[in-house]
Amino acid sequence: MTTTATGAQLRRDGLARRRDPLYAGSLAFLGLVVLVAAFGPLVAPYPPDAIDFTAIWGSPSPAHLLGTDQLGRDLFSRLLLGTRESLIGPLALLAGATVIGVAIGLVAAWNGGWVDVLLARITDVMFAFPGLLFVVLVIAVFGKGPWTAVVALALAYAPVIAKFTRSIALSELARPYVDAYRVQGASAAHIAVRRVLPNMTPALLGYLVVLFGEGLMSLATLSYLGFGAQPPSSEWGLMVQEGQDGIVLGHFAPTLVPGLAIAAVVVAVNIVGVRLSERLGARA
Amino acid sequence: MLAALRRVAGMALTLVVASFIIFSAMYAAPGDPVTFLIGNPENLTPERIAAVRAEYHLDQPLFVQYWLWLSGVFGGDLGTSFQYHQPVAAIMASRLPATLGLVAYAAVLFTVVGIGLGVWAAVRRGRAADSAIVGATTLAASFPSFVIGIVLVSVFSVQLGWFPVAGAGDGFVDGIRHLTLPAIALSIGSLAIVSRVTRQSMVEQFDSEHVEAARATGMAGGMVVVRHVLRNAWGPIVTMVALVIASMLAGTVVVESVFGISGIGSLLVDAINSHDFPVVQAVLLYMVVAYMVVTTIVDLLLPLLDPRIGTRVKTA
Repeated sequence: MTTTATGAQLRRDGLARRRDPLYAGSLAFLGLVVLVAAFGPLVAPYPPDAIDFTAIWGSPSPAHLLGTDQLGRDLFSRLLLGTRESLIGPLALLAGATVIGVAIGLVAAWNGGWVDVLLARITDVMFAFPGLLFVVLVIAVFGKGPWTAVVALALAYAPVIAKFTRSIALSELARPYVDAYRVQGASAAHIAVRRVLPNMTPALLGYLVVLFGEGLMSLATLSYLGFGAQPPSSEWGLMVQEGQDGIVLGHFAPTLVPGLAIAAVVVAVNIVGVRLSERLGARA
Repeated sequence: MLAALRRVAGMALTLVVASFIIFSAMYAAPGDPVTFLIGNPENLTPERIAAVRAEYHLDQPLFVQYWLWLSGVFGGDLGTSFQYHQPVAAIMASRLPATLGLVAYAAVLFTVVGIGLGVWAAVRRGRAADSAIVGATTLAASFPSFVIGIVLVSVFSVQLGWFPVAGAGDGFVDGIRHLTLPAIALSIGSLAIVSRVTRQSMVEQFDSEHVEAARATGMAGGMVVVRHVLRNAWGPIVTMVALVIASMLAGTVVVESVFGISGIGSLLVDAINSHDFPVVQAVLLYMVVAYMVVTTIVDLLLPLLDPRIGTRVKTA
């Protein structure tokens, strides 16, 4: 009975996957981006900071596939080499925010009491700072830089993740198996981390993938404003900002290429995230 | 009434906490503001330092400084800019019109287009137009606003020459011409959420009995939509539009940077880069207050617009 059920489930999943070229395409594109992040430095034809004043604002040519920027640096190489930094930032901020957020959310759901009240008050105050305003405040205090931006964004995302964790943990903790472990004498920490957390992972994962897209967009925005990555980095948001002066002169590539790269990755991540949460949520 | 009072008190409390965070964060910042204030290192004599500290109340404890700042804010005194040596209130007053004009323009755009698309999708629900609208607006929302802005400038300002590249313009007609592209860049991301809420809220009405009754009387399709579906669907739509406008009041920083508009947002970026803390504090406070006040007003006004909300609370 169970085997046929899972078989049917698998067949249905397989069918859905075949009929979903958008999801498959996005996943393939993200795979390619990760490969570039890993091996880009080996493929890139030039170092990212190789300045060539004889080739400023160059058009695409066999020597420079995407042309060159205002300092004559090869755009293609900078795009490849910037991939790693553009992806590691959002990953790091999400890791930090997840550790803090999930811990607080689990404790709030388990204990209730003052932790729960404190979490509610913190999220209230955080919601008073719309958009990136809290992050801008942290950057105003501690100065700009890629790591300040990452830490500030992690702090801004932690309450959101905590709230989400709390809501799914509350329904998970109400299930009978939690009481069964309690009766057996398992410690609260053991039940929460080893038994409840794995059951919440699918729901959390879909949410985190969507948050990754948002984090990438926020970090690129901060770098564009000059608050995140600093020159000579080839982080994509910073590349957009540095190439912007060329627009008036009719040189669009140095700013549009990294800009569209950011947009493409965010779009692909969002498609994958939404499909993942649909699928994992349906199975849970 | 009691609920309204509680809502206002809650807002006031959150604002006090938020303002204290904004103020004390600057207090905790590394580096001594006195060095920025005096500027020329040759003037750094002990007497000069003491005089500057006294002038800017830097010699007082944190809570006294906060109290002085807050009571100043209520009297319209936001302090003196470290960089320009002018009252912060005057600087902000000169920057506000550009930002408010931009937000107003963007609000008109996303309200008209967003609700229009939502209505269209709801009427054609389940057909090609519906999925095209939902797909296109969701795709547009995945583009960072600075990328949208740069694409718009490249195509419409530089290639086609239809719009100026930068600035806010003077006067109404010139202002409209200058602010069209920034307003589009600012509003595109909100189209998805506004059209989705409109569509959802209307689709729920389509299935209700009173709409079926109206159709049964032989009323024309368009009349049913306007008189019976849209009229009952307004609540969530108005809430969402107001929420988006509230966050736009604090969300013009990026678009102002792309289009070189000297509004409140670019003032904030400049102030952070030059460590002009009084200006940073004042702009952040303005943004938080604007956001909180608009969202609270919507919460309070909604029961007046739609009496069903008030009764639902009472019976609940």
